[in-house]
Amino acid sequence: MNLLKFFGKKTFSHGIHPEEYKTETNTKATRRLPFAPEIIVPLAQSIGKPAKAIVYKGQHVTRGEMIAAADGFMSVPIHAPVTGTVITIDKLPVAKGGKAPAIAIKTSLDSGQIIVNSGIQQDYLQMSRQDLIKAVQNIGMVGLGGASFPTHVKMSIPEGCSIHTVLVNGCECEPFLTTDHRVMLEKIEVLLLGLRIAMKCVDAPKAIIGIENNKRDVLEAIKAYLPADQSITIEAIDTKYPQGAEKMLATALLDIEIPSRALPSEMGLAIFNVATLAQIGELLPKGQGLIERIITITGDDLEKAGNYLAPIGTPLQYILDYAGFTGEEAEVILGGPMMGIAAHSLDVPIVKGTGAILVLDSRATKRDDILPCIKCTQCLQACPIHLNPSEMGQLAAKRQYDVMETDYHLNDCFECGACSYVCPSNIPLVQYFRIAKTLNRERHLQNG
Amino acid sequence: MAKTPVKIDIRTSPYIRKAPTVSQIMRNVVYALLPLAAYSIYQFGISALVLMLATILSCLATEALFNKLADKKSTLTDFSAVITGLLLAMTLPPGFPLWMAAVAGFTAIAMGKTLFGGLGFNPFNPALVGRAFIQAAFPVSITTWTPALASNRFIEFIPSTLAVPFMKPAATAEWSTQVSIDGFTGATPLALMKFQGIFTDSSDLFLGLVAGSTGETSSLLILICGSYLIFKKMLDWRIPVAVIIGTLLTSEVFYLIDSSHYPSPAFMLFSGGLMFAAVFMASDMVASPVTPLGIFIFGCLIGFLTVIIRLFGGLTEAVMYAILFANAATPLIESYTQPRIYGARKTKS
Repeated sequence: MNLLKFFGKKTFSHGIHPEEYKTETNTKATRRLPFAPEIIVPLAQSIGKPAKAIVYKGQHVTRGEMIAAADGFMSVPIHAPVTGTVITIDKLPVAKGGKAPAIAIKTSLDSGQIIVNSGIQQDYLQMSRQDLIKAVQNIGMVGLGGASFPTHVKMSIPEGCSIHTVLVNGCECEPFLTTDHRVMLEKIEVLLLGLRIAMKCVDAPKAIIGIENNKRDVLEAIKAYLPADQSITIEAIDTKYPQGAEKMLATALLDIEIPSRALPSEMGLAIFNVATLAQIGELLPKGQGLIERIITITGDDLEKAGNYLAPIGTPLQYILDYAGFTGEEAEVILGGPMMGIAAHSLDVPIVKGTGAILVLDSRATKRDDILPCIKCTQCLQACPIHLNPSEMGQLAAKRQYDVMETDYHLNDCFECGACSYVCPSNIPLVQYFRIAKTLNRERHLQNG
Repeated sequence: MAKTPVKIDIRTSPYIRKAPTVSQIMRNVVYALLPLAAYSIYQFGISALVLMLATILSCLATEALFNKLADKKSTLTDFSAVITGLLLAMTLPPGFPLWMAAVAGFTAIAMGKTLFGGLGFNPFNPALVGRAFIQAAFPVSITTWTPALASNRFIEFIPSTLAVPFMKPAATAEWSTQVSIDGFTGATPLALMKFQGIFTDSSDLFLGLVAGSTGETSSLLILICGSYLIFKKMLDWRIPVAVIIGTLLTSEVFYLIDSSHYPSPAFMLFSGGLMFAAVFMASDMVASPVTPLGIFIFGCLIGFLTVIIRLFGGLTEAVMYAILFANAATPLIESYTQPRIYGARKTKS
């Protein structure tokens, strides 16, 4: 790490350089995706408690109207992505697998789809921090980078911590994804407004926007809007996966190491994704709920790959049809190729945290024999957390999940998948680690 | 309406991978060894060629036999047995009897590899296990050296090569003096140093113009071939570098104490099989540690043990035993050198 700094490289140590596959969509301006005839809105769209439905079957809802209310602090409300009629409130297929409670809405295609909002024009400069954070929760904001952590919770800095810098995550290190890239080109003003709101919420004097140096156009575009007082700056850092992980970003930009299992706030940092801030800047002043987001639709066998402003709840089947999928067999992934979730059904809808729909053909469906580990150390040299995936993989094969946790820091793994990516023996390392974590969690629950 | 997928195959992330396969890595190691093989054939003629063929075939046959016994899918295509055979031949004297070479190949694969579960599970470098076995079994043949660049090397086998199994191989001393260009002594530089106190010039060692094992003589060529693998990221450069550091530091200490009695660090580095062992033997992925600090300790330990055995032990085959010792110490080294993870707190909470 010190050696990298010595050579003037802004990055973290280890990591991988996957092919980027971004040129297919990164120059395509965002277009609006039409409304699907039927929208499915899962009630659990963030980490924490699911929202509680406040509509009934057969009820007419207007686009932007709250249809599910937050259930406590660790929860966010959900607003209707379309004007239409509630068909059902039932368990429906969701991305994580299986079914979960969701509201299905039949879209009224002749309604004009005018958005309603709370009607309160909010001037963030006049609001107290508490009111601002409450307002962020009211618009149903969650982290749009993928983790879907409720944004207002992130903004509620624990007692005793003071934030010196807000880091804005514009790395978008996953291959294929260009959502954040487009946001940073097309929504600079609302992005900076959202950033100022976030800075006020966490009471930070300074902010740094971090982007990977494969997005030079963003650097120039944003610089023109930055304030002269240097309170907000932008920096290009090395293009490397997983640069967009919070810990890796903090290390690359400020050489700050976020301790194991600590929040960034412990080190005086608050980290937000660019798309999240742009949505806050756009929605909060109007008091409008989060009902749509930009997604990248890309991959193999698509006629209309591009970046789309899509209503939350749009089913995959509709998206594939619209994008002109021509293939025979595919893996449909919600998110990027490194950490995304493969859909088990095309009835699954996109949710607030879905940044992309990626369609992969044989690249993803090819299966290779798993061979014994030859201890080539490639995984150790890829792991951004400096774990020992080689040893952990062998422990997993022996089902020594507890040793993985106690002696090999299993819970520090954030499942970026770099180890599986580089393994010459095709060992599904990160997949083993997920299983190990799940089984450990269950065991701890049983043991009380 | 566009067509929709007829079949969805569900997997978990990551969905893309980019890594050389195990057999690609092994094949590249074979490619890297080919120039060394060619040079040894140039030096020692057809005897070296048949020696290499004998060990490779013996290794492949043994692997096939054990695959069959264990009812396992054939693992011949991963090329690892070819590497073992080739590495083994490189460490043998060029006139080594073929039947003994076949025994070495069998031992290497059977006792060094398949008994432990095959590739990935061998605690020792298999080629060295085979080498160690025949070192004990055939002590005379394995220390009988013949001169390089013998005049008739492309038309005639070295007399001992075609020895009948279980019979005493033909003596080569007389033959050696006949075919040698400039008065061959039959002793390797290390033997000269150890038993007669004569130090060979380091530049001769570097270029391989000395007596020695089939593929170990030219340090220059070994470094070039190793660099190819390092460039392809199929050889961990840290291991040879650590071995070299360990060797230089340890021998420098003795050289400083008494430079008339102990050889120079450069001699230590370029003599015997050290360079070959550092680049191709110590770097056996399976039998070496995976942790960054562990790799460094492992390499330095090999260098240290090599010098100590060479100077104070009763034999010249120091590197082989040094590596086998270090292989044995690998699990211990690993357990004490687990990497510091990102964000580890100073004290355990």
